[in-house]
Amino acid sequence: MAWFRKEKKPLESVEGKRVHTEGLWTKCESCRQIIWKKDLEANWNACPRCSFHFKIDARTRLRLLFDGEWVEHYSGLASTDPLQFKDLKAYRERLSQMQKKTGMNDAVVVAEGRLEGRPVVLCAMEYNFIGGSMGAVVGEKITRAIEMSLAKRVPLIIVSASGGARMMEGVVSLMQMAKISAALARLDEARVPYISVLTDPTTGGTTASFAMLGDLNVAEPGALIGFAGPRVIEQTICQKLPEGFQRSEFLLEHGMLDAVVDRKDLKTYIARALEFCTWTSDKAGSAAAGAPPAP
Amino acid sequence: MSDDPQPPRQELDALQKRIRELEQLASEPEAQEKLRKMYSLLEDMKEGESPDDPSAAEPAPPGAWQRVLLARHPQRPYFLDYVQHLFEGFSEVHGDRGFGDDTAIVCGMARFQGQPVLALGQQKGRSTKDKLHRNFGMAKPEGYRKAIRVMQYAAKFARPIFTFLDTPGAYPGIDAEARGQAEAIAYNLREMARLPVPIIVTVIGEGGSGGALGIGVGDSVLILENAIYSVISPESCAAIVWRNSGKAELAAEALKLTAEDLLKMGVVDEIVPEPPGGAQADHRAAAALLAPVLERCLSEAAQLPVNDLLDRRYQKFRKMAQFWTGE
Ligand SMILES: [Zn+2]
Repeated sequence: MAWFRKEKKPLESVEGKRVHTEGLWTKCESCRQIIWKKDLEANWNACPRCSFHFKIDARTRLRLLFDGEWVEHYSGLASTDPLQFKDLKAYRERLSQMQKKTGMNDAVVVAEGRLEGRPVVLCAMEYNFIGGSMGAVVGEKITRAIEMSLAKRVPLIIVSASGGARMMEGVVSLMQMAKISAALARLDEARVPYISVLTDPTTGGTTASFAMLGDLNVAEPGALIGFAGPRVIEQTICQKLPEGFQRSEFLLEHGMLDAVVDRKDLKTYIARALEFCTWTSDKAGSAAAGAPPAP
Repeated sequence: MSDDPQPPRQELDALQKRIRELEQLASEPEAQEKLRKMYSLLEDMKEGESPDDPSAAEPAPPGAWQRVLLARHPQRPYFLDYVQHLFEGFSEVHGDRGFGDDTAIVCGMARFQGQPVLALGQQKGRSTKDKLHRNFGMAKPEGYRKAIRVMQYAAKFARPIFTFLDTPGAYPGIDAEARGQAEAIAYNLREMARLPVPIIVTVIGEGGSGGALGIGVGDSVLILENAIYSVISPESCAAIVWRNSGKAELAAEALKLTAEDLLKMGVVDEIVPEPPGGAQADHRAAAALLAPVLERCLSEAAQLPVNDLLDRRYQKFRKMAQFWTGE
């Protein structure tokens, strides 16, 4: 086969790599295609064959949406385990494991940076941290982000990836829904734009609060979005759920989303929305659209 | 169990505490890992103890599960029972003007001590037929949309609002999801935060998660002595963490869902006492105990200029559970 290798030199190098790069391959959950992870990353972590959107972590999300550098806020906030909750494992222990695993103190990153030149406040939830669940820390960080957005008059973007309220912080988690929604009422009154991006999965108390309260609610394709989880619904109604139920496309069809946007087009879509919300005919104003007014 | 060779629970607790301290000191991950294993070993020993052994029982205050049962007691007064005893001239307002009339939430104009007010609440049914009619108090999106529509009507004419929470949760079904259960609740949370009239919320039975909160944002949040308020039902919690909904009693304790727990956490403002044995024993007496508290909360809220009222409401939820460290 020597002649063949010579002719297809690029293939040879790929083949060569394959030997040394086990674990750098992944299988598409949707079409079962084996994909080289580098190719997957180059394609916004969507399957090059069927465009299935893989979950991405919060930091990757920041890289995809910000133009360059960003400044992170409130990263020191950490849960104090208000309930001293313990099931099979102490919640405190679970938290410290998660903190080690993700390098984050809790399930959301709040950052300021620029998106196609416009300053924005961006919250990105981390699904790897206890399912992106919302306890006091997530609630507090998002509320602070909204208040910062309001004070600076800088548009807000929240990218959700969350199973909902965090059980281990009990009713305190539930109250974060009210707290965040109240802050969003103020942002709404001040007419500072808020774009909600729903990604796989966004369910429970997250959907039933800030994720559905954007001036625009846009979702990535194929994301599970709903209030009750599919298993809970199946148990309640004692029947199998139809294919595609509670997926982005289902919600779009039922009028619950403003758009379903591919990850590769998401930044452009958000930029257009921000332009729509903040553009002014005054040239000076237009250049500074979305920027905080001079003090 | 007296001949059980296990050390008493207090000793296990003390050992675990010591291990925790050592873990803080240990610098090598390997040592930490070993200590953690020892910790969980002791944990297993504790779990192996029979709950019948009184010496092994936690000195935890009894009753979280008892409270759950009382909150769900079939003879407990429901929203419309309170309406009968607290208000006059209740005139129901139906429908969300979009899809339908959800009978799991009832709204109506009424008089409270002579003053026109809006009263609304989740309604469970007592007979089987009634339970089905009320969908067990589990509202669908049209229920939440009706509620906010009627609340906005009340606000337009400066009428105070009383809401009464009593639901296992928002209905988890295909139709509810298709019509935007999450959006309906979310919208209510945002809009209730800024309705320019006093809102007095009372948890009268089961405060079931987001489904309860969907009509639960207000200036005062009261809870009856034997009512509960929780992020998840004890059964579902047990099914998730112990993979056994039979462990609901344990979950009820862990979730800290009783009135006392909620008051301690600052999630509710006040506990309203119930007649001896519980509200189910005497509906009229239960309402009579609630009435003066509602009156006081309303008159406090009504005194405030609207901006102050809304600021106070914002701060109330803003401050909820400042349980964090760092920064
Ligand atoms: Zn694929």
